[in-house]
Amino acid sequence: MLQIFEKGGKFGFLHSTVDAFETFLRVPGTVTLKGAHVRDSVDLKRIMIIAVISAIPAAIFGMWNVGYQHSLALGVTGAHIFQNFWFGLWRVIPLYIVAYVVGLFIEFASAQIRNEEVNEGYLMSGMLIPLIVPVDVPLWMLAVAVAFAVLFGKEVFGGTGMNIWNPALLTRAFLFFSYPNDMSGSSSWIAMKKGETMIDAATGATPLSFAGDGLDALTNCGAQYGTSFWTMFWGGVPGSVGETSVIAILLGAAILLYTGVASWKIMVSSVGGALVVGWIASLCGATDIPAYYHLVMGGFAFGTVFMATDPVTSAQTECGKWIYGFLIGAICVVIRLFNPGYAEGMMLAILLGNTFAPLIDHVVIDAHIARKNKKSVKTA
Amino acid sequence: MSNYIELKKGLAIPISGEATLNVTKTKVPDTVAIQPSDFKGFLPRLLVKEGDRVLAGTPVLADKTHPEILLTAPVSGVVSEIVRGEKRKLLAVVIKTDSKMEYVDFGAKKSADLSASEIKEALLNSGLWPSLVQRPYGVIADPDATPKAVFVSAFKTAPLAADLEFTLGDQIPAIQEGINALGKLTGTKVHVSVNACGFENSPFHRLTNAEIHQFKGKHPAGNVGVQISHIDPIRKDETVWTVSPVLLAAIGKLFLTGRVELKRKVAVTGPKALDYGYIETFPGTPVDYIHEFYGNSTDARIVSGDPLSGKTIGFNGYLGFFDDQITILQEGTDTELFGWARPFRFNQFSATRSYFSRFVFWKKYDMDTNLHGGPRAFVMSDSYYADVLPMDIFPTYLIKACLAGDIDKMEKYGIYEVLPEDFATCEFIDPSKNNIQDIVAGGIDLMLKEMA
Repeated sequence: MLQIFEKGGKFGFLHSTVDAFETFLRVPGTVTLKGAHVRDSVDLKRIMIIAVISAIPAAIFGMWNVGYQHSLALGVTGAHIFQNFWFGLWRVIPLYIVAYVVGLFIEFASAQIRNEEVNEGYLMSGMLIPLIVPVDVPLWMLAVAVAFAVLFGKEVFGGTGMNIWNPALLTRAFLFFSYPNDMSGSSSWIAMKKGETMIDAATGATPLSFAGDGLDALTNCGAQYGTSFWTMFWGGVPGSVGETSVIAILLGAAILLYTGVASWKIMVSSVGGALVVGWIASLCGATDIPAYYHLVMGGFAFGTVFMATDPVTSAQTECGKWIYGFLIGAICVVIRLFNPGYAEGMMLAILLGNTFAPLIDHVVIDAHIARKNKKSVKTA
Repeated sequence: MSNYIELKKGLAIPISGEATLNVTKTKVPDTVAIQPSDFKGFLPRLLVKEGDRVLAGTPVLADKTHPEILLTAPVSGVVSEIVRGEKRKLLAVVIKTDSKMEYVDFGAKKSADLSASEIKEALLNSGLWPSLVQRPYGVIADPDATPKAVFVSAFKTAPLAADLEFTLGDQIPAIQEGINALGKLTGTKVHVSVNACGFENSPFHRLTNAEIHQFKGKHPAGNVGVQISHIDPIRKDETVWTVSPVLLAAIGKLFLTGRVELKRKVAVTGPKALDYGYIETFPGTPVDYIHEFYGNSTDARIVSGDPLSGKTIGFNGYLGFFDDQITILQEGTDTELFGWARPFRFNQFSATRSYFSRFVFWKKYDMDTNLHGGPRAFVMSDSYYADVLPMDIFPTYLIKACLAGDIDKMEKYGIYEVLPEDFATCEFIDPSKNNIQDIVAGGIDLMLKEMA
């Protein structure tokens, strides 16, 4: 039956697609032909599924939070936890459907054109994209952005493993620069149905957008939600779907770090970079927001854990990872504090980090090789 | 005095089927083959024809570029078949052994009484010269070259590898004589690396006339290439020679007895083997000789060497010249429903923590030859691979330079220091299922071609 889908068969043009579904269901009986006769049981499918699982706590919390913010903004009290989740679920599921259908279609088509097996990389990108956009983003915009990111961010370079920028972040960047009205301000972060209006004194803006005006503005901003450190830590504030709860993100981080899928060095140095810049800024009076606030505000935690650690677009070398992570954390806070135009700096910081990652590695490796040559000349 | 070097990186692969320490078979095989493909850089010219009678030590093949490099018969008998492949490529010269086992007498002469050129001549004439492997690139040593040093690894860390203390423990005098000969031949140091675990009890630690190093670590710590990179790395325009202890013993015996004695203990291992143990036989022994170890199974893979870097030889193949191990593996053609998605896979090993095999660290696995996935581009970062490669190089950068065929980058990232076997653990753990050893071999071939 499946022969017609083989290369050269009647439906040979669907070879990659059929192969993708077949290998999804079962590990094929392919044997090693060259090199090591026995191989590790790990494959990219396994690594990707672990990455996807690690984002599930943030996704579930995000769905609930969409409903919770909606209730708060309408002044509804006593909404059940499941009512809130249900509301959010129906808001977030369409985002997932669009992200996966558009992205996977392009991924499958490209694999077919290149005559390769379908790479699993997009499973993770598709998992992350709905979590880093405002819940009210129009679906057609999301579709356009995903198509742009996958095509021009990944496939033109040769697919997963060859891309320079994180495709999920590229999706967000495309939305951010193409449709700024739908991506910022105070109307996009809280899901509202037609005809619903917010109660008096409620705001749809995220805490981060007040941070530029100092600690007072931040703590007094959201009338309906609290903006203490702890509120932002557990995540009951408006924001992109999955980015608000540091607790849920830390759960994901624990999975990624235990399994070794993500690099702890990047996470640690990114936090370090944010703290150092935040500390210097508050020391010289540029802001009165304590440095550690930056770790729980906006997309910093989410970006550090899920985006900056993408093994393809991050620095490759151990030393390079320290520099790369630090750079991301530092630039993120610099943008937040010193750029009046953008409230959030994490997306741009990571994209910039991605851009410089090859250069960082280049410098690290060249320095290492130069040192090694010098050493071996001395001992000889 | 010895240097102690501990290697933290590396990987022990828990595969079942280790050989038990007893010799179960010592009979001389009916036929023995000489395969020129065992020697990298050897272009064979035939010196015998079918029906010729040869003794152990009679020249059978000569190299076309260096006619003084000879391959000699390991046994006495009659040339029964000359096997050729496509385009008449010479694959093997098969010798039917006789019961007499006669040797060519090269004359027992202590290497201490010989000059360097006499030692060289003895090695070339006896056909033992090709035991010397020259790095970079792992080719037959060039008789006109002067290496910077000679390296010997006196222990193996490859999965299921032969226990050299067991196989060579009674041949220390021959190994010592081999070291003396090579020291005199090259006029440089001979470095011998010994396993730090059980160093005091190891028969190798008393060797003299050599610099002894202790190495501690998991595979590939026993690879001579890894050891060289920690003792005295190979730089551009330098050459070193390496020799396996098994062949070092044969070189020593040449000077002690005047004979070419290539008989060695060979470990028969692997999860699919019916029995595990050692046999005493010659290089070029046909697989059929160990029939009782695999029985009637048709879905077995017979590997000459270890399960990571060995060569598939099939049921009609022959034991390689350098090998002292045969691994019998199950062909993994079974599909596994939802294999990658299962939370637990109790019978599969993974070096990563994405499965839980780490918690059953005492378990040995019946590994088969399944690839466990499909080929992908490199996704994981360089350090993922560097964690199992105890060398001062950046593996993915070198691998990608080999893929791109970029000579300058290959040179920069250390192609001189490596052989494909050093990347075996990287290849094992690669979730993208690239044939890394093959890629590196391609890079080395390109270097040989361009630098020639």
